[in-house]
Amino acid sequence: MMLSRLSKKLILLMTFLAVGGFIFACPAFTTETYKIGGIFSVTGPASFLGDPEKKSMEMMIDQINDAGGIDGHLLEGVIYDTEGDPQRSVNNVTKLINKDNVIAIVGPSRTPTTLAVIPFAERVQIPLISCAAGITIVDPVKKWVFKTAQNDALAVCSVYQHMKDNGIKKIGIITVTNAFGESGKNQLKQHAGDFGIEIVEEESFGAKDTDMTPQLTKIRKVQPDAIVCWGTNPGPAVVAKNIKQLEINMPLYQSHGVASPKFIELAGEAAEGIYLPTGKILVADLLPDTDPQKKILMEYQKNFEETYGQSVSGFGGYAYDAMMMLERALPGTNGDLKKLRDNIENIKGLVGISGTFNFTPEDHNGLAPDAFVMVKIENGTWKLVE
Amino acid sequence: MLQELLQYLFSGITNGAIYGVIAVGFSMLYSSTELINFAHGEFVMLGALGLVSLWGGLGIPLPVAFLLVVIGVAVVGFLFERLAIRTVRKPNPIVLVIITVGASIFLRGIGMLTWGKDAYSVPPFSDHDPIDLAGAKLLSQSIWIVGIALFFVILLHLFFKKTLTGKAMIACAISKKAAWLTGIPSERMVLLAFFLSTGMGAVAGIIIAPITMCSYDMGTMLGLKGFCAAMLGGLGSLWGSILGGFILGILESLGVGFFSSSMKDAIAFFLLLLILYVRPGGIIMAKDIKRF
Amino acid sequence: MLKFLNRDRLSYAVFFIAIAIIGLSVENYYYVQLLTFIGINTILALGLNMLMGYAGQISLGHAAFYGLGAYTTAVLTVHYGFSPWLALPCAILLSMLVAFLVGLPTLKLSGYYLGMGTLGFGMIVHIVFREWSSMTGGSSGFIGIPPLEIGPVSFSQIRNFFYLVWLTVLISFIVSKRLIHSRIGRALRAIHDSENAARAMGINTRNMKLEIFVFSAGLSALAGFFYAHLVSFISPGTFSFIVSIKIVTMVVIGGMASVWGSLLGASLLTMLPEWLHAFSEFEMVVYGLILMLVMVLLPQGLTRGLLDIYERTRSKKDQP
Repeated sequence: MMLSRLSKKLILLMTFLAVGGFIFACPAFTTETYKIGGIFSVTGPASFLGDPEKKSMEMMIDQINDAGGIDGHLLEGVIYDTEGDPQRSVNNVTKLINKDNVIAIVGPSRTPTTLAVIPFAERVQIPLISCAAGITIVDPVKKWVFKTAQNDALAVCSVYQHMKDNGIKKIGIITVTNAFGESGKNQLKQHAGDFGIEIVEEESFGAKDTDMTPQLTKIRKVQPDAIVCWGTNPGPAVVAKNIKQLEINMPLYQSHGVASPKFIELAGEAAEGIYLPTGKILVADLLPDTDPQKKILMEYQKNFEETYGQSVSGFGGYAYDAMMMLERALPGTNGDLKKLRDNIENIKGLVGISGTFNFTPEDHNGLAPDAFVMVKIENGTWKLVE
Repeated sequence: MLQELLQYLFSGITNGAIYGVIAVGFSMLYSSTELINFAHGEFVMLGALGLVSLWGGLGIPLPVAFLLVVIGVAVVGFLFERLAIRTVRKPNPIVLVIITVGASIFLRGIGMLTWGKDAYSVPPFSDHDPIDLAGAKLLSQSIWIVGIALFFVILLHLFFKKTLTGKAMIACAISKKAAWLTGIPSERMVLLAFFLSTGMGAVAGIIIAPITMCSYDMGTMLGLKGFCAAMLGGLGSLWGSILGGFILGILESLGVGFFSSSMKDAIAFFLLLLILYVRPGGIIMAKDIKRF
Repeated sequence: MLKFLNRDRLSYAVFFIAIAIIGLSVENYYYVQLLTFIGINTILALGLNMLMGYAGQISLGHAAFYGLGAYTTAVLTVHYGFSPWLALPCAILLSMLVAFLVGLPTLKLSGYYLGMGTLGFGMIVHIVFREWSSMTGGSSGFIGIPPLEIGPVSFSQIRNFFYLVWLTVLISFIVSKRLIHSRIGRALRAIHDSENAARAMGINTRNMKLEIFVFSAGLSALAGFFYAHLVSFISPGTFSFIVSIKIVTMVVIGGMASVWGSLLGASLLTMLPEWLHAFSEFEMVVYGLILMLVMVLLPQGLTRGLLDIYERTRSKKDQP
């Protein structure tokens, strides 16, 4: 009797052991290919970032392979989905490093997930090129960490410059309560003084809120000169609609977080007259031919739209730029991580989707302030603001 | 001041009506099955996205699309009961709850595969300008929302009070065994409860679609709010649910208006807790019959 | 001799050996790390299982205690320069204190109303993590939590962390089992079966429920402590409502009122997303289906369910 009970317990333990045994042994071998890891939030709340990033990375890898690879090595992309969750990102990174033996990692898509994986990448010393915007990723500089997305501060300064030029002094801000909105809020507050702008009302909304009229009513009460909304789809579209419904006649500025054709589709008529900063991709065809980025932007837009049959957004460009950096940095390294890192740090004048990159040991983002342009939405499309 | 207050109230009542309709779905299911359906928010999502496809996409006239979506979603609820809930042997409420958690993830996945990861918007039901009341703007869609919500609740009320089937459902809710002894097919009543509850979820999704953006992951938050409203009003009470919805909606918008928008959920939940401590069975708590 | 080697002790011994074998034989850091996360989740699930399985009280806000543990140690070590080992008791005690204060009014509620009460509490704590950004870093998260160290042994070595977490799991199991077999444990089971009857028997049900709630919060804080120092980064999303639901799922899937059930539930729910990578876009659908199927087929949870299957096959074999 006692034995049978005992064996029951043993069975349980064996199950546990079997789980442990099942998941371990998996041979790691290196082949001729260079393996590049990608971790993006392909699903989950930030899928608008991760999905085009994954597609852009796959597209770029195919392009490089079609051209014969790098130094005769073909590239292989190993892409995992983080769902925007730090714990899964950490697992993904460890898996890429220890199981897939990648030589560089592109991603993650969001600031919190990037901050979570940085210690893991630093510890084993593998180049990580993040696609997230948060300034804390590269400030202070981490030896092995780079990023391609523009700092939020650049976007904020573009907005403020435009306001200054148009005599706007008092603003009300409404930001989303996630890392993107919080970073935007902090940057807005930090730089307001530099442009002689005063923030008279600060509101926020949840990413899944259905109605922002109370917040906007509160902003309207203090009568600012303009409203700035900092968030990612779909919240800002609701804000735009609510402003129209409340008949608030103030200029509305949005962030680069909504810089995709989807926003115009969602907000419809309410999108008219909105100003926002964006990477140049949205207005590629409007750029003067002298713009150094025009060629690559048009090429990327054409390729992306042909390959996936969906309109391009600026977000996929972050991964595309990362892959361009690897394409530039990989030759001659023979897969040596240290050389690869040094090559990335020495990249100068790389014309990418988000801007022109000039890395230095002190600057691992390397974008000049002209990475953003201001656009206005008119007649359902983007118009470049001078 | 009056202008702002009115505006907060309009917003609160609009959202409250939606929370109320969702809460009714929770409540109705609870009274016949003692089950909290954590997938309820996903049925709201199906309702909203269904409308996006049928009305926005295929251009089917609104009333027809409305009916088709509600029936369609209710059928999904019906299948859910048949395929997942009914098949459990010796059901224990918490096990069923976890099944609904699984179902919510499953349905969200289906939503994502069907409609993609992007959000959609649909125009309001009617194209009237907002009504101006002392400077505050009342949207035509808000009137639609409150009107449709009350219409369906009154309909349900009449159904439970006046029809034989409705009375049979109440009987089942009070005591399944006793109802069964008097010849009421209690299993069919449970099925009907699922049908009605998920149908109400679809109604909530349809009426909210024009004021917000619809995406596959919109259901979780709405379901949560609806659950809170149902608990606040008193689980199993039809009018309690609606009342709970309005209270929650108004608390939220007043929280934004008079305190802070970043803390609005915290304020709403804090007051909810206080109310629960004072009335541990919800606001409307029938003394002996805790059901419809 | 045989009495000393009762089955509990024997299973602990086997468990201990299993930890050692796995720790020594699993080469790849990725799996060691995954197993460490399983250990952390096991502590978390065990905490809730004590409350749900034994006392029959549901909590939909346990991620709050998990988060309190993580944030307390993060704030104390980074902002105030505490040693992590000094921060550990602070984190656990604070979490228990909060549990006591919240439990006092909340545990008067019952059934789903208790679920609602704990859910509301969890939401409020989550919002505090998000909004108190000067302390917690807000939505962007809290960076730079130092790794654990004892003298020359550094736990930034994932294998060492693995041993630390799993030995803690073993100790938590022993403590929990002790508690279950004590007077408190018997009283709790009485409350689980019928609170009124328990009260009639002279059990102070309120105190008992409060005690187990506080104990459970302490275990969750312990898990939070490990999580914070393992990942060295925390953000409010890790302690949201969804996570509370996930902990409940671990408990029910594994099997309520079974310490080994917590282990199985935590293992399954931690491993599943890793296994399902291959399904990419279909992952959510498959994940949801598996949850439903497990519950439909094994409504008693994995522990009881697997034992049932084992017994059935054995009794078949016994019949000639």
